[in-house]
Amino acid sequence: MNFPILSSLILLPTIGALFLLFSKDKNSNTSKYVALFTSFINFIISIYLWFLFDPSTSNFQFVEDKEWLKGFVNYKVGIDGISILFIILTTFITPICIISVNNTIKNRLRDFLIAILVMESLMIGVFCSLDLVVFYLFFEAGLIPMFLIIGIWGGTRRVYSAFKFFLYTLLGSVLMLVAIISIYWLSGTTDIVQLYELGIDDKYQNLLWLAFFSSFAVKTPMWPVHTWLPDAHVEAPTAGSVLLAAILLKMAGYGFIRFSLGLFPVASELFTPLVYVLSLIAILYASLVALMQEDMKKLIAYSSVAHMGFVTLGIFTITQQGIEGSIIQMISHGLVSAALFLCAGVVYDRMHSRLIKTYGGLVSVMPKYSILFMLFTLAALGLPGTSGFIGEFLILMGAFKDNFLVAIIASLGVIFGAAYMLWLYRRVVFGNLTNKDLLKIPDLDSSEKFILWSLAIPVLFFGFYPEPLINTIEVSVKDLIEMYNFNLNMSMTEVQNNE
Amino acid sequence: MNNLNFISPEIFISLSIMFLLILGVFKKNSSNLINNLSIGVLLITGILILNNPFDKNVQLFNGTYVIDYLSSFMKILTILGGAFALSISTKYLKLFKIFLMEYPILILCSILGMMVMISSNDLMVFYVGLELQSLALYVLASFNKNQLKSSEAGLKYFVLSALSSGLLLYGCSLIYGFSGSTNFNVISDVMNSTNYGLTFGIVFILVGLAFKISAVPFHMWAPDVYEGSPTPVTLFFAIVPKIAALTVFIRFLYVPFINMTDQWQPILIFLSIASMIFGAVAAIGQNNLKRLVAYSSIAHIGYALAGLSVGTNEGIQSSIVYISIYLVMNLGLFSCLFMLKRDDQYFETIDDLSGLSKNHPILSLSLLVILFSLAGIPPLAGFFAKFYIFKSVIEQSMYFLAIVGLLSTVIAAFYYLRIIKVIYFDKEKEKYDTDHSIWLKISLAFSTLLILLYFIFPSKLVEIVSRINII
Repeated sequence: MNFPILSSLILLPTIGALFLLFSKDKNSNTSKYVALFTSFINFIISIYLWFLFDPSTSNFQFVEDKEWLKGFVNYKVGIDGISILFIILTTFITPICIISVNNTIKNRLRDFLIAILVMESLMIGVFCSLDLVVFYLFFEAGLIPMFLIIGIWGGTRRVYSAFKFFLYTLLGSVLMLVAIISIYWLSGTTDIVQLYELGIDDKYQNLLWLAFFSSFAVKTPMWPVHTWLPDAHVEAPTAGSVLLAAILLKMAGYGFIRFSLGLFPVASELFTPLVYVLSLIAILYASLVALMQEDMKKLIAYSSVAHMGFVTLGIFTITQQGIEGSIIQMISHGLVSAALFLCAGVVYDRMHSRLIKTYGGLVSVMPKYSILFMLFTLAALGLPGTSGFIGEFLILMGAFKDNFLVAIIASLGVIFGAAYMLWLYRRVVFGNLTNKDLLKIPDLDSSEKFILWSLAIPVLFFGFYPEPLINTIEVSVKDLIEMYNFNLNMSMTEVQNNE
Repeated sequence: MNNLNFISPEIFISLSIMFLLILGVFKKNSSNLINNLSIGVLLITGILILNNPFDKNVQLFNGTYVIDYLSSFMKILTILGGAFALSISTKYLKLFKIFLMEYPILILCSILGMMVMISSNDLMVFYVGLELQSLALYVLASFNKNQLKSSEAGLKYFVLSALSSGLLLYGCSLIYGFSGSTNFNVISDVMNSTNYGLTFGIVFILVGLAFKISAVPFHMWAPDVYEGSPTPVTLFFAIVPKIAALTVFIRFLYVPFINMTDQWQPILIFLSIASMIFGAVAAIGQNNLKRLVAYSSIAHIGYALAGLSVGTNEGIQSSIVYISIYLVMNLGLFSCLFMLKRDDQYFETIDDLSGLSKNHPILSLSLLVILFSLAGIPPLAGFFAKFYIFKSVIEQSMYFLAIVGLLSTVIAAFYYLRIIKVIYFDKEKEKYDTDHSIWLKISLAFSTLLILLYFIFPSKLVEIVSRINII
């Protein structure tokens, strides 16, 4: 029996969106319940998928292969240990986004929900596509709903931010399209599984790697092409920021693991120093910039840049610990940054200001909020016992194995991270209550409490017991590294033979 | 006698033109009837074309006229474009009091000219067809005789087009002089690539053709003519003549001069790159939607030419796929333009679209789909069109062309996004009328759905087109 479970995961949110599109009411809660119901069903299916998933093999599972562009591209989806976690992250974050729109989205709620659901479909598609063209299709199509989310429901400078987001990402991606078509003409297929076996000729790898890199680096985002991210985050509505930080950024990290390492081992080996340098700059520079921010969302956005710097660093150590750490860091960052943006959103809804100096002394009026915010702050700086720690620790372990100096510099980033997060927390929550308006604001309401706790529980759970995550990815990562080293040695011996 | 069977569509359409003309003269107030009859004539012509055997390559009249798969496919496209243009434009013409019986007849005349162009296998036949279609188009451009801009458009188009026809004729005479024949097959037999006279001939003819499809640097007429002509004529201009001219491009380059690829390929690559970049950059500053369509059509022609410059069957096919999808996208875009009507007035600047999404959600959603498709964002049809072009371009390792083309899509994305921004992000204005004709609604729904759902069956169109083998 081959029930197309992955395709139904991809399609279900779109069907929900279509249902909303043809419904009459525009602003009432009914559409919210429909959207919530759809995304929740999707979450259940993905959890069920995790149970069915067999972590003892690195082969792709639940594969569906259908003819699509005749004789050229097949619609092929499937998952391994790496992608399933991202799918669950997506299906987990989306309902949370939908619950969080309660207070933030005032007009055209239905359209917003449609955009979110379509986005969910596309993101799941990115993580399970096993064909370069299908991947590109999902990867790029995500631009449309995100552009609308930022542009329609964003803040004052939303138009500028939406354009910047769209054009930056598109510019990066078109080069990837050239590379994908070139791969087709070099190897005769765009099927990833076949490409893993065939390998790609060494002399083309460098250019192809750079073309993919241009796309992923913008999306990650790496220094110096990170500048769209703070703008997009600041202007996007809370739910948009959450989607962007929690999932969209992970597409690039996933792409690095799946494509850059998997397809171009020789080039990856060559360009590792470049990635190291850019990651270290991202970690240190973004941390320092984050220290100086006066806008809460901007600070969290820069902290995302720094965290993603750790992720790229970990991936390119090409060690078991490094890559596992990167994946766990991405999952953890998905939860924590989502929570931090929601925390910023909670006070923004009450005070309509993102400036840190508006706040101060919140602990006396919003004690429950302060506790949860504390938890996520600590998770963001990687305190042991939170999922952030596991990721950073594994990445640094991998980095020490590979290059001592790099690891030392990266560790500095951890200290900076603690500095800006704790300082943010101190300025917002502690101190004297100077702003009298703050006295009137209520503490968390039940839906806010619910979403923040449902993010806090996995953060703590995986902080103490990361076993389920590591079990899922272990074999896949191990085989990926084995394949990487095998291909690398192959081309080394070829070079020696030629000499 | 056998020959006549094959050209029954052309014969039918010319007889109908004469009949309709007589009907129009003798019967008062018959424009509505003639309009409907013309659509019927086009549909019957379409059936007659389908009736021809199109798997064979049939050469008629001493090889001067050819009926093959390419010609049948392109004729069907032309007729579809013409029929849609006729069916959705009546309201506009009535409003401007130019709904005359000549209008559909002129459109039929120009379609007849295009059909001759598409099937021509001889320089003389090709020229006759070209002039017939151009002559009808001159009149159409200045059809709104009460408006200065429209007359100006017609005159401008006439003067410049006559110049380009002159160049084209000069090229024809050069080729005749150096090869001794005007027939494509004969030229291809006697052709000899060291002959510079022939190269000059090719260059002149390419210049003339580039003018007809408004490729840079022969595009100067397009924005003014597009803006000045009545919108239905602009719609016709934007899609139908390009299909015919592109077919002539294909036949002219790939039948007689296939062995001189190295001579004409650089010219085509230049035309393509210049059109893509110029079309993208120049459109940024435009505020009038019709002018913007003119620049965007220049850019789109650049992509179609990129496919032609490759020199393989795949390249030709990708170019034909591109022009077919381009037809559908423009049809949708113009249907939207026709819907921007309030108090007996049509609106055509970008500012008039401001906040459209609040009052007209369905119309805005269609525009969103069409514009993103024009920008080439997946998973819409426009992406696949570009994808096939670049697939064939990269196959021949023409990376420079591919990268320039894709980078100019990023520039072009900017101005499409600007329209979407105005529609979705800006303050709303007054409502527009919603009492549109049923044909308008059908054509909008048809084109939007086709663009949106193209990704479900992306290989259908390619399968049909892949039977076109010229080389």
